[in-house]
Amino acid sequence: MKTLWTLFRAFFTIGGLTFGGGYAMLPMLEREIVTRHRWATKEEILDYFAIGQCTPGVIAVNTATFVGYRTCGVAGGVVATLGVVSPSLIIITLIAMVLEHFMDILWVQHAFAGIRVAVCALIAASVIKLFKSNVKKHWHIALAAAAFVVVALFKLSPVYVVVGCAVLSVVFGKKVHQA
Amino acid sequence: MTELLTICLEFLKTGLFAVGGGLATLPFLTQMQQTYGWFTAEELANMIAVSESTPGPIGVNMATYAGYSTYGIWGGLCATLSLILPSIVVILLIARALDRYQQNPFVQNFFAFTRPAVTGLIAAAGFQVLQIALFTRTEAQPISVNWVAMAIFAVLLTLTQFKQLKKVHPIAYIAVGAVLGILLKM
Repeated sequence: MKTLWTLFRAFFTIGGLTFGGGYAMLPMLEREIVTRHRWATKEEILDYFAIGQCTPGVIAVNTATFVGYRTCGVAGGVVATLGVVSPSLIIITLIAMVLEHFMDILWVQHAFAGIRVAVCALIAASVIKLFKSNVKKHWHIALAAAAFVVVALFKLSPVYVVVGCAVLSVVFGKKVHQA
Repeated sequence: MTELLTICLEFLKTGLFAVGGGLATLPFLTQMQQTYGWFTAEELANMIAVSESTPGPIGVNMATYAGYSTYGIWGGLCATLSLILPSIVVILLIARALDRYQQNPFVQNFFAFTRPAVTGLIAAAGFQVLQIALFTRTEAQPISVNWVAMAIFAVLLTLTQFKQLKKVHPIAYIAVGAVLGILLKM
């Protein structure tokens, strides 16, 4: 019972402090899930992202369900997911209710412009950390670079990257193990 | 009441078929706008702006906003719960299967290949935020560097690399960003 409450609180914090959605959640996940509670490793978070990318739904929700299930079973999955969406429900409802022209307020715009810069720095820091731990061999670098180029420059959906990796893993899996 | 039911069904559909996260829900919202006229195209643009800049997953934010514009608080709640229900079911099924097949060589190879690739995907997502945050677009100059933003980015990123500052919560950086944004009128 206590763990379920901790789980809810942790994911409520993550949902409430993530600006920009999806992968921008990574710095918060690392902090709350990996460093603080040790419910998952950095590598597992990446695995959840890979699965979340090719299953239906919002990635943040998929990741929450995954970590919650691993920690406390089905109830954990449900509780973590409700935790991650609750701040959105509250904040967006308030904004829609009270401030119809919220984004027209000048200092709000300035604040969000500053927040976006901070989010950039946080994501960049996470990417540096992930590179150090997951991109070690030549073919790792090639894969990471290809994924980046295909999505950032050719605007292809990340779904294709994950599906492509699945195909590559079947074809070259044995070679990698022998190497 | 029927409208509330329609909202639930539409967002269940979105949750089940929007593959690839957050913004993948956008085409479904556009379709809802055209089919039911629950909100105008302009309102939809506002929703995207608010969803992208407020905390929380973008897809969830948009569902809450769209649901609220259509049917008030209950609309927002129903839309959000309907959106996440398919995800929960699908992921729970996959998580159970993974428990059983974690040692399977095919599963292990799959993750060996996706880990570096997902690192590239996250870099790509960061690159997209970077373009919006550090560059300005005006009609006279299609792309120009926002030097103030660039300097703040450099300083914050450098700070994250110090071992002594590893324990600082990410929200501290976001708060600093917000304050600097207001003070410097970014």
